[in-house]
Amino acid sequence: MPKTILEIDNLKTYFDTWAGVVKAVDGVSLDVRRGETLGLVGESGSGKTVTSLSVLRIVPRPGKILGGKILFNGEDLLTKTEAEMRKIRGAKIALIFQDPSTSLNPVFSIQSQLVEVIQRHQNINKKDAIEKAEYLLNIVGIPDAKLRMKDFPHQFSGGMKQRVAIARALSCEPTLLFADEPTTNLDVTIQAQILDLMRDLKSKFDMSMVLITHNMGIVAEMADRVTVMYAGRVCETSSMRDVFSHATHPYTVALMKAIPKIGSERDQLPVIPGNIPNLIDPPSGCRFHPRCKYAKPVCKQKIPELEKVEKEHLTACLRWDEITKELAKE
Amino acid sequence: MRKNVVLEVQHLKKYFPVFEKGVIFSKEAGSIHACDDINFTIQRGKTLGLVGESGSGKTTLAKTILHLIPPTSGEVFFEGEDVLKIFSSKNKNEILSLRRKMQYVFQDPYSSLNPRMTVADIIMEPFQIHGHIPKNEWPSKMYELLRLVGLEDYHSERYPHEFSGGQRQRICIARALAVEPEFLIADEPVSSLDVSIRAQILNLLRNLQNKFDLTYIYISHDLSTVRHVCDQVAVMYLGRIVELADVDKIFEAPRHPYTKALISAVPSTELGEKSNRVILPGEVPSPIDPPPYCRFYPRCKYHISLCKQKDPQLDEHFRNQFIACFRAKEKLN
Repeated sequence: MPKTILEIDNLKTYFDTWAGVVKAVDGVSLDVRRGETLGLVGESGSGKTVTSLSVLRIVPRPGKILGGKILFNGEDLLTKTEAEMRKIRGAKIALIFQDPSTSLNPVFSIQSQLVEVIQRHQNINKKDAIEKAEYLLNIVGIPDAKLRMKDFPHQFSGGMKQRVAIARALSCEPTLLFADEPTTNLDVTIQAQILDLMRDLKSKFDMSMVLITHNMGIVAEMADRVTVMYAGRVCETSSMRDVFSHATHPYTVALMKAIPKIGSERDQLPVIPGNIPNLIDPPSGCRFHPRCKYAKPVCKQKIPELEKVEKEHLTACLRWDEITKELAKE
Repeated sequence: MRKNVVLEVQHLKKYFPVFEKGVIFSKEAGSIHACDDINFTIQRGKTLGLVGESGSGKTTLAKTILHLIPPTSGEVFFEGEDVLKIFSSKNKNEILSLRRKMQYVFQDPYSSLNPRMTVADIIMEPFQIHGHIPKNEWPSKMYELLRLVGLEDYHSERYPHEFSGGQRQRICIARALAVEPEFLIADEPVSSLDVSIRAQILNLLRNLQNKFDLTYIYISHDLSTVRHVCDQVAVMYLGRIVELADVDKIFEAPRHPYTKALISAVPSTELGEKSNRVILPGEVPSPIDPPPYCRFYPRCKYHISLCKQKDPQLDEHFRNQFIACFRAKEKLN
C-alpha cells in the first residue's frame, strides 16, 4: 500500500459568476499520509472548503474543477465516472460539515439517516443496519442511544448533533475523513469533548484525517502536519512542530503572531494590515504581497512555487531564505 | 474610589416567561432565568469581560443594563443615576441624554447595519437624533470618525454590502462613537471576523479606550481575546456569575470549578502543554426554572452533599476575587 493516501496536484477549481471568474482554488498541491491528521489552515475565502469539496467532486454550481489531479490510493478521482464516485463518497472518503444543524435532514429521524448511509454502501438488511447505527451512536457518546435514535435533529443540542454527524461519517468505516471546521459552532467545553472524541475514533477506526480549521490552537492539539492556505493557494506545508517553531512563509509567521494567546500578557497585538484579497482579481505574483512586510518588487511579478526548505517542509515564498535570516535577527 | 464607579448593577434579574399550549389559551409554564441576581461594579476607564458559553445570559445581561430589555427586578446605576427610574419616567430628554452616554456594538456586523443607508447616513443618524452637533459640522465630524476607526473619506458614500466584515465592524464602532459615549458594550465584536482581522479590531478598541477614557463591557466566549482586552472578568454560567476577579487571577488562579474547566478547554498553541485538560461531562442544563441548589452541581466533579442543598452566593473569598462555590477556599486538584 502506498504511504500517501491522498495526493492533490495543482488543483484548480474556479467559479464562473456574473461578476467574473472566482479562482477559489488555484493550483493547490498537498498530500495526506496514511494514518495522519493533516491540519488545513486558512482564513475564510482561502479555499479550504472548496478543496475538500473538490476531492469528493461535489463542488456546487457554478464551480468547476478545471485542472489538476486528485490521486486517492493512486487512482485519479477526476477521471472516475459519477457512478464510481458515488461508491467512494461516504464509503471511502467521508465529510463532516461545519454546521451540524444544517447538515442533518430535519424531516428524518436520526435512525433513518444513519440506516440510509449504511444500507447505501453495505449489503446488509435493515435490522442489522439499525443495530449498527445504535452501535455507532454509542461509540460517539450519545446516552440512551436506543431511545434517542427515533428522535429528530431538532431534539438534539449542537454538540449532540455534531456527534450524530460524526457517527454518520464513520458508518461505513472510511479510510479518509474530511472534518470541515467540526467545532466552530460549538462552545469551548463542548469543543474539547468533540476533539477528544475525534482523536479517539481516528485511532480506533485507523483513519487518515484532514482537519480544516482556522483555529491554530486546534491544529496544535490535533494535527501531525499542517498545510497553510491563503487566497486559493498553499503557502506552507510542514510538520506541526515546524509551523509553530520556525515558520518561513511571512503569512504563516504573521498569522501566528496575530493570535491572542491565553497565556500572554495584555498588550498590543501584532496585526496583519489590510484585508483578504478579492479572488476575482487577485494580486499578481505572490498573492500575499500587498499585506507582506517583507515584500520586494519581485514578489509582485513572479508567482512563488512550493520550495523545499528542509525535509517535510515546503514553502511558497520567493524570499524565504532571506526572511528566515531576518526573523532570526528579530 | 466610589466616585470612579461608572456602572453599578445590583441584584439584576431578567426572567423570560415560557408558555405551554393549553386547550384554548396558552398558559405560563415557567420562566427562563436568563440573568439571576447579578451584582458588579465597573470603574471608569476599565474593561469588564463577560465570558460564558452560549445560553449563559451574557447578551441578556448587557441588553438589560442598557434597558434595551426591561429587567424583571434589580437596579442599575450609571454614574450614580438610577437607570430604571429614568426610563420609567418617560422623560424623553433625560432618556436621550442617558442613551448618549451608553452605546452598544453588536455581535454581527452583517445584520446590524441598515443595507439601504450609506455609511455617511449611518454615522450621521445619531447626530440627527441627539442634536449634540450643529448641522454644518456633521460632515466634518463624520469624516473624523471614519478616520478614527481606520477608514478613508471615500468610504462614506458606499453601502454596507461593499465592505468586508472587519470594515463593517469598524463602521459599527464609528456609529457607536458618534454620540461621544462614556460607556460601550461590545458584544462579541470579533467572533464573526477572521483571525488576521481580529487583532486589528481589538487594537482599535484598546486605542479608543485610551484616547477617550472609555469604559467597556466586553462580551466574549473566546477566552484568549479576553486576556488581551479586559481588566476584570466575570464568568457566567446559566444566568449567574460564578466567578468575578481581576483578569490575571481568573487565568492564573481560577477558583470555581467551571472557570477552571473553561480555561483548560481552550485549545492552546503552546506545544507540549496538553496534559491537564479538564473535560466537562454533559452539557449546560435548561435554564427553565433551575433547581434551588448550585447550578453547576450536575457537571462538577468536586461536588459535596452541601452543593445539592444550598445555592452558593457570590462571596469575596479572596481579595477582589468573588466566587460562588462552597469549596472556593480549598485547593481542588
